[in-house]
Amino acid sequence: MAKQLVLMKGNQAIAEAAIRCGCDGYFGYPITPQSEVLEHLMAERPYLTTGMVVLQAESELASINMVYAGAAAGKRVMTSSSSPGFSLMQEGLSYIAGAELPALCVNVVRGGPGLGTIQPSQSDYFQTTKGGGHGDYRLITLAPASVQEMYDFVELGFDLAFKYRNPVAILSDGVIGQVMEKVMVDDYKPRWTNEYIEENCPWAATGHRSTGKHRIVTSLELEALKQEAINDRIQAKYRKCEEEDARYEAIQCDDAEYIFVAYGSAARICMKSVELARAEGIKVGLIRPITLWPFPTKAVKEIGSRMKKILSVEMNAGQMIEDVKLAVDCNIPVEHYGRYGGVIPTPVEILDALKKMIK
Amino acid sequence: MTEEIIIAGFGGQGVLSMGKILAYAGIMQDKEVSWLPSYGPEMRGGTSNVTVILSDERICSPYLNQFDTAIILNQQSMDKFESAVKPGGLLIYDPNGITHHPTRKDINIYQVAAADKASELGISKLFNMIVLGGFLKVKPLVTPEMLHKGLEKSLPERHHHLIPKNEEAVEIGKGLLTPYHTI
Amino acid sequence: MTREDIIKPENLVYKRTPVLTDATMHYCPGCGHGVVHRIIAEVIEEMGIQDNVIGISPVGCSVLAYNYFDVDFVEAAHGRAPACASAIKRLRPETFVFSYQGDGDLASIGCGEVVHACNRGENITMIFINNGIYGMTGGQMAPTTLEGMETVTCPYGRDPKIMGHTMRLTEMLAQLPGTYYVTRQAVYTPAAARKCKKAIRQAFENQKLNKGVSFVEVTSNCNSGWKMTPVQANKWMEENTLKYFPLGDMKVDGKFDPKFIERVGTFDQPNETIFSLRKK
Repeated sequence: MAKQLVLMKGNQAIAEAAIRCGCDGYFGYPITPQSEVLEHLMAERPYLTTGMVVLQAESELASINMVYAGAAAGKRVMTSSSSPGFSLMQEGLSYIAGAELPALCVNVVRGGPGLGTIQPSQSDYFQTTKGGGHGDYRLITLAPASVQEMYDFVELGFDLAFKYRNPVAILSDGVIGQVMEKVMVDDYKPRWTNEYIEENCPWAATGHRSTGKHRIVTSLELEALKQEAINDRIQAKYRKCEEEDARYEAIQCDDAEYIFVAYGSAARICMKSVELARAEGIKVGLIRPITLWPFPTKAVKEIGSRMKKILSVEMNAGQMIEDVKLAVDCNIPVEHYGRYGGVIPTPVEILDALKKMIK
Repeated sequence: MTEEIIIAGFGGQGVLSMGKILAYAGIMQDKEVSWLPSYGPEMRGGTSNVTVILSDERICSPYLNQFDTAIILNQQSMDKFESAVKPGGLLIYDPNGITHHPTRKDINIYQVAAADKASELGISKLFNMIVLGGFLKVKPLVTPEMLHKGLEKSLPERHHHLIPKNEEAVEIGKGLLTPYHTI
Repeated sequence: MTREDIIKPENLVYKRTPVLTDATMHYCPGCGHGVVHRIIAEVIEEMGIQDNVIGISPVGCSVLAYNYFDVDFVEAAHGRAPACASAIKRLRPETFVFSYQGDGDLASIGCGEVVHACNRGENITMIFINNGIYGMTGGQMAPTTLEGMETVTCPYGRDPKIMGHTMRLTEMLAQLPGTYYVTRQAVYTPAAARKCKKAIRQAFENQKLNKGVSFVEVTSNCNSGWKMTPVQANKWMEENTLKYFPLGDMKVDGKFDPKFIERVGTFDQPNETIFSLRKK
């Protein structure tokens, strides 16, 4: 079967992409609004076809530690959750980063804090991009704005995770998780063979001691100087990642006098606001960061510096705005417009916020 | 062409699946589509709604507050979405259970008495298809062939023998459409 | 006779198993960890599986276990070794997987993970070292600390009214259908150590046959944490710990041994062997 056009939910696209890109294992725990990931996998039963392991774990703690161990064994493994569950996973993510393991985790964000709401939000921006767990680490963060990107970012996420041996997050939200759109799905790719892993992942604890020496996967180093050296190595990876893998999309920025900066579903809503504003003669564009970490600082600086003002539109109380301000060195006025707690801003109210800013 | 539709009613009325069939039929016609449901506790017996967008261009926001068409199946949804129809837009509703009828004068309003007809014919499960028929009568966005393909895609194969019944219900809906207020 | 005259192959009476590395263990003199490590290493050597085994080490005294075994090792977050072992075994079913945890790690913070791994019947070997105390962090109370026993976080003795009862997690796990072999062993005498080795061998052999969880508790001492000499600690363990944690097989071939229950007493009332251990 070649490429196929299908209609599916964002959450289902995550699951389908995992099966088709040769993922070895998914470990997850139900939580709204992302349960369709596990439901789709259990319905598809890839363990009978591709051999992919799917397990409903007893908790998010277990899920993320299963992912940690699966990655330690050289396998392409992932999990998904929503905000409260993702909070529980922070310790595990820190271990995965500390042990320099590749893994993929998906957060379909809902409004918080606490148990909060099950409605969409972007209030986990700080947690995801600034390191929600302990220690100096970063999560490479992809922000899909369509169901197609939900699909595409699974394989991209694994590629980046293995390129940097670092956890990668797909930071989605209830809108992109629940919406159904057209998706072009790929043909099935085979999973990596154990021989391939043995050759290409010399760090993995495969049990076979193929390098002649036992391999240890740990994030523990009791000697401070050695731990500092490990941190140096990790930080060097992050600088490389900032250099090579910051991604964004610029929409109608060439003749713009103002820009929105927005990601994920907020960016989709801003696209509509751009349309409405331009119909009224307001020259506004949109920068949509695709990687939230590394943040597309150069692009925002370059494009943003030509603008009169910038509006950071987020489904939170103002988190990404800090990165936008840093990108333009506070030389251009940056304002924030946001709704939170599960409320989705409408295209018209964003347009109104833009007009208010311009005045 | 872009058509932005809200379908709203009680959970269990087939609101989501009506939207899904429209979306699938749209795909069959090479349109861009988006289907965004309300989700969570409101699914279970409470109100349920879905935003469906069919377009020839890339769809911007899947979440909207103004619609070209509102298909309304209960009073709560009428209260919530009557005002969300764009001026000149379309509102279709089933009068069953509606105590406060729509009052707007700047939109086209039609009734489809689908619930009564469905129970009269003993096909209450096809209620949503009767409503859909009413809508397609006013706005023939998808052809009957594409609707057939859409039904094939959205129904599990074990229910494919029911497709002719679904199509019949759509036709019944077309016949039931009654103008309430037109501009 | 010179030293060189003595060191000849024909004079060899004992050789350390090559599954243990040259690294010097950091365990306190008299601690049971070293003995259990050696037993596991010998079993791996005897079964010829050194190149097909992954160990999971915990957080606690045995956090550095990976330095002592010449087999691939993954160091787990505190309490999560059963989750790690579950994932690895499912992703690499051809590999022997064992977890190694202490009582703080397994019975306290990791209680959920061990129960669910056992309930799923993961085809893994679990080693549980129970010395009734948190050793590495300096001798705090564990779920397995005996009632009346003094630790730095129950300096007046464990009072069950305030601190809860001594937890017999192994007995709980034996009642889950996912466990196939559940036993409690010790290594405080050569005879006990030999029996323990047989049990651990069995626990690895079961994995070859895809039987589900094989769980070996090794009741041990912590002479540093208990503030005793190694000899005193072993004697104290025999006189006190083993009354509440009796040795023996609880479940063999997937069948719960009713005789074991008789020895332990019922679960629904405080055990009659509980006594005040408070030092004067």
